[in-house]
Amino acid sequence: MTSPAPAAEPVSFPGMPRLVAITGIAGNLGKALARLLHTETRITGIDRRPFLDRPKDVEHHQVDLRKRKVEDVFRRRQVEALIHLGIMHDPRTPFSEAHSFNILGTQKMLELCVQHGVRKVVVLSSANVYGPLPDNSNFLTEETPLMAADRYSDLRDLIEVDMLAQSFLWKHPEIETVVLRPVHIVGPTVRNAPSNYLRLERPVTVLGFDPMVQLIHEDDVCRAMALALRPGVRGVYNVTGPGEVPLSAVLKELGRRPVPVPHFLVRAMLRRAFEARLTSFPPEEVDHIQYLCVVDGSRGARDLGYAPRHSLRDTIRSVLGS
Amino acid sequence: MSELGAALRERLRALTFELGGPGTRERFEKLTPPRNEYGVDPYGLDIDYAVSAIAPFLWLYRKYFRVEVHGIEHVPSDGRVLLVANHSGQLPFDAVMVGLSLLVELDPPRFARALVEKWVPTLPFVSSFYARLGQVVGTPENCRRLLAAGEAILVFPEGVRGLNKPFRQRYRLQDFGLGFMRLALEADAPILPIAVVGAEEQSPALLDLKPLARLLAMPALPLTPTLLPLPTRYRIHFGEPMRFAGSAEDEDAVLEEKVREVKGALQKLLDDGVRERKHVFW
Repeated sequence: MTSPAPAAEPVSFPGMPRLVAITGIAGNLGKALARLLHTETRITGIDRRPFLDRPKDVEHHQVDLRKRKVEDVFRRRQVEALIHLGIMHDPRTPFSEAHSFNILGTQKMLELCVQHGVRKVVVLSSANVYGPLPDNSNFLTEETPLMAADRYSDLRDLIEVDMLAQSFLWKHPEIETVVLRPVHIVGPTVRNAPSNYLRLERPVTVLGFDPMVQLIHEDDVCRAMALALRPGVRGVYNVTGPGEVPLSAVLKELGRRPVPVPHFLVRAMLRRAFEARLTSFPPEEVDHIQYLCVVDGSRGARDLGYAPRHSLRDTIRSVLGS
Repeated sequence: MSELGAALRERLRALTFELGGPGTRERFEKLTPPRNEYGVDPYGLDIDYAVSAIAPFLWLYRKYFRVEVHGIEHVPSDGRVLLVANHSGQLPFDAVMVGLSLLVELDPPRFARALVEKWVPTLPFVSSFYARLGQVVGTPENCRRLLAAGEAILVFPEGVRGLNKPFRQRYRLQDFGLGFMRLALEADAPILPIAVVGAEEQSPALLDLKPLARLLAMPALPLTPTLLPLPTRYRIHFGEPMRFAGSAEDEDAVLEEKVREVKGALQKLLDDGVRERKHVFW
């Protein structure tokens, strides 16, 4: 379905860190990142889940980020860079557990980086931290206040992690910290809310609303993370895919038959369905199909030297699987 | 369903070209906003959709409000410009008519983007309709970005205060904000005053039910005896471009001085326009 894996082309540059630790490596995005990077450098994975189908040259430590034992990974060998993807988004996990895992896990990782002289830290945040709001500008820059928490309790974690990484960036000038805020990640192996939504045969839409949306292919976001490892890159960056498109056009491209529901009913309806476990979409997600949350990725494109490889059509169709 | 939609769009498209007058099709072909494989620009403007969607409004332009345009040669044929107009009429037909005048009276046509009220994106249908027509929410960031891209931006510094002004205040400009001046200075964009004469009588408002408006989360709720706007005759007067020098960071008092100058020029344009016309309806 998708084009012949353009992202298989490796990302290489002078000064590639010789040992990269990746948290959350056992997730689908983590696996894709490992596949992209393992030919370029040595990789060590940290995840409490087992890493299935692991490439032979990738080592894996099955350990919880919050546990003492995780320090062994850093003690044993000189980790030169950390890519932190270990952020949990599952709306069904009890809030306190996710909160502890996300915040304490991130904090622990950042502390270890300071203690063990890691030179580069890449934290994967999300453009969702800005939040879809009716009065959003068409293109949000990195300076936009993170307003998502205002309406979404589930996104508070993500914002807190983003904030932690940002203050770390300023507190530790000796470490090159990069915070990436990609738009909705989609792809054949991705199982996040936007990808799952686009896989629905009859997705719910909000009657009379058709916001512009931005998607990025999982391969492209992996390439952006790899490029963020380049020496000298430091800062907060939005990461965008191949462009903006109305939600209706995405659904049409995928041959979906949307079910438009009036805006005054849709949240209540989804809340019932969510509570009855008929859907995995938290009702707060409705904002994403009603209001605009489109970001300006030009700074990242310039400083990271990043450009998406997948076309808009490929990116949309990637949720169909390859 | 989509076939019906396609047929309707085709009909509307033909109507647009018919109402636009001879040569409209050729002139509209000169409109080439950037667009991706789904036919939209990054802001959501879908030019094919727009050409069809404007047909009913073009009918209003030609047959209902019978718009008369004066001084359109003052509109620069390209490059950034801030179009500053008076706002009135309860429903923003003035914005639509100014936008249409730039499309049908100019060669090459210009596509103006109006900065719309922040309330609009919360409205079903209206929000997506505006977006496909390339209209954007009135945030400074949007305006800055579009001016930098060399676009024509239509602003109403009176805002809702103007749109919903009571009938007795017709053609009296309400308070102007300073934001537009700051943005013009920042982008070094000329300001072009536009007086819309006729719109201020289309829906006379007797009073504004403010508490009820607040309850319904609407910016205003004017009470008007006319369900639809009256067929007043529109006269759109384009003034001469005004250029200002100075810093956008200047104190408010300095900016206010410049804003007063724009307001004065627009008020004069309005007063002259009102004086010159023979009748509200003819």
